[in-house]
Amino acid sequence: MFAVLNALRRSPVIVWISIAVLALYIFAALFAPLVAPFGETQIVGRAYEPWSTHFLLGTDNLGRDMFSRLIYGARNTIAITFIITILSSLLGSGAGVIAALFGGWVDQFLGRTVDVAMSVPALILALLLVSFLGNSVPILVLIVTFIEATRIFRVARSAAAAVVVTDYMEDANLRGESLSWKIFREILPNIMPPLMADFGLRFCFVVLLISSLSFLGLGIQPPTADWGSMVRDNATLISFGDTTPLLPAAAIGTLVIAINLIVDRIIDLSSGSPS
Amino acid sequence: MKALLKIITVRIGFALPTLLIVATLTFFGMALQPGDPAQALLGRDAAPESLAALRLELHLNEPIQVRYFTWLNDTLHGRLGTSFANKRDVVELIASRIGNTLFLAAFAAVLSIPFSLIIGVLTAHFRNSIFDRIVNIVSLSFVSFPEYFIGYIFIVIFAIKLRIFPSLAQIDPDSGFLSRVYQTFLPALTLSLAMSSHIMRLTRASVLNVVSSPFVEMAKLKGLSPLRVVVTHVLPNSLGPIINVVVLNLAYLVVGVVVVEVVFVYPGLGQLFVDAAAQRDFPVVQSITLLFAATYIGLNLIADVLAIATNPKLLHAR
Repeated sequence: MFAVLNALRRSPVIVWISIAVLALYIFAALFAPLVAPFGETQIVGRAYEPWSTHFLLGTDNLGRDMFSRLIYGARNTIAITFIITILSSLLGSGAGVIAALFGGWVDQFLGRTVDVAMSVPALILALLLVSFLGNSVPILVLIVTFIEATRIFRVARSAAAAVVVTDYMEDANLRGESLSWKIFREILPNIMPPLMADFGLRFCFVVLLISSLSFLGLGIQPPTADWGSMVRDNATLISFGDTTPLLPAAAIGTLVIAINLIVDRIIDLSSGSPS
Repeated sequence: MKALLKIITVRIGFALPTLLIVATLTFFGMALQPGDPAQALLGRDAAPESLAALRLELHLNEPIQVRYFTWLNDTLHGRLGTSFANKRDVVELIASRIGNTLFLAAFAAVLSIPFSLIIGVLTAHFRNSIFDRIVNIVSLSFVSFPEYFIGYIFIVIFAIKLRIFPSLAQIDPDSGFLSRVYQTFLPALTLSLAMSSHIMRLTRASVLNVVSSPFVEMAKLKGLSPLRVVVTHVLPNSLGPIINVVVLNLAYLVVGVVVVEVVFVYPGLGQLFVDAAAQRDFPVVQSITLLFAATYIGLNLIADVLAIATNPKLLHAR
């Protein structure tokens, strides 16, 4: 781990830019109330005011400060995405390890359930479930967690299945180790690298999925500032050639690119290729 | 050949139950909703008699398992029910839009497939050159930015600043072919870019995989021209994975159309689906979900079969 961090220091400049972008967004998310000049839902002027020194990026369709909402959007979007990514990683990799370890009907049952969930594209499945269950934030978190967990299950199961057949695992079985020992001491440490790489990319999928749902009007609901719904709410402005409403979408894009480049770099380094 | 047929049968044997389970889940998801479909169809101030009559007609008084089989039978016979939102027949609603969506998807495929295959092969050939790196960054950007961002950027550039293309894809049933192509160019381009990036990257990877094999080295050492090496030795051997990727990306279009149609206010199935989901118009949501799922499962099945057909090794897996 230290070797990787150390080698990361000698990364190309583009990786450094990515780290800076990521750090900036995390900073904005953590300290939104301190950084933002106005409140998240505070109406401060007329609708669609242009950029000025007072309103850095102008105002939105209801006269709220665009710049402040962009910052609060970072907070909401990143926080919700982060929670979903953590939960779905725990659920998906937990189920994957259990399927690989127990095999038999447990494996069959989990595997077939995942097959069914994966036979519907993620966005379509999300829209379907939202129309059935509603779109309050907790429900949204559960829906997307479930969808992404089915995708992580595959990664975790195949990694864990490779560990289950190793000699050291056989050894643990013969020593009569407990189930939790086998899971936490034998399997998990050995499947961590693919799961960590998946975690970064999963974060990207989740942020794109959530923001698409919000853009379509079925994700995070107003007045909560969110990068996807901000584009939707202010789309009228785009038809006048003003690209301000696209800034939240640009933020999503740059965040996703930054994470991709960092993950690529970490994979390169930890797979031992020369830097 | 016989082995291939057997595998195809087995795969179809998996695909059909999967679709049935999806259908079953959507049925129960809808049946367990609070609220009364008869009320939803007739509106709040419907007369009790007509409500009762409709409940009878929709079999709402029967136990859920009976309703399930009635519904399944109806669905299999193409009777998809009536939309809650505008009381039109769901089949008619879908029929009025499916042509537009297929046109958009086909247009996007035509734009992206030849282009991305050529770029994919070129980046593999000139790997690690400046060209390769630029393509890599550009294609990463196209998959990283949300589709609606790219769509709106095109609207701003081509429709508002340059005024070359219309910003909204307005088409009606009488639009001629050329006017359709013109109207749907921007949405098709938006859809094709995200798709191209995937095809490009995977074409590059599979070509690189073949390029490093001994028989290509041999062909080079024989003194064949680089073009000849690519066309007669590399391409035929990387065709399998490439076809696979192309078909899988056609499946991606199922998702892509939803967002792009909303951006361009294009009268297709994706737009219909989003509107129906927002209005909780379950008969429409359910039918389009099944249609999308069937397309997705079908294309994945085709991709699997083509992968096996072009790589005999997979026939004897396990």
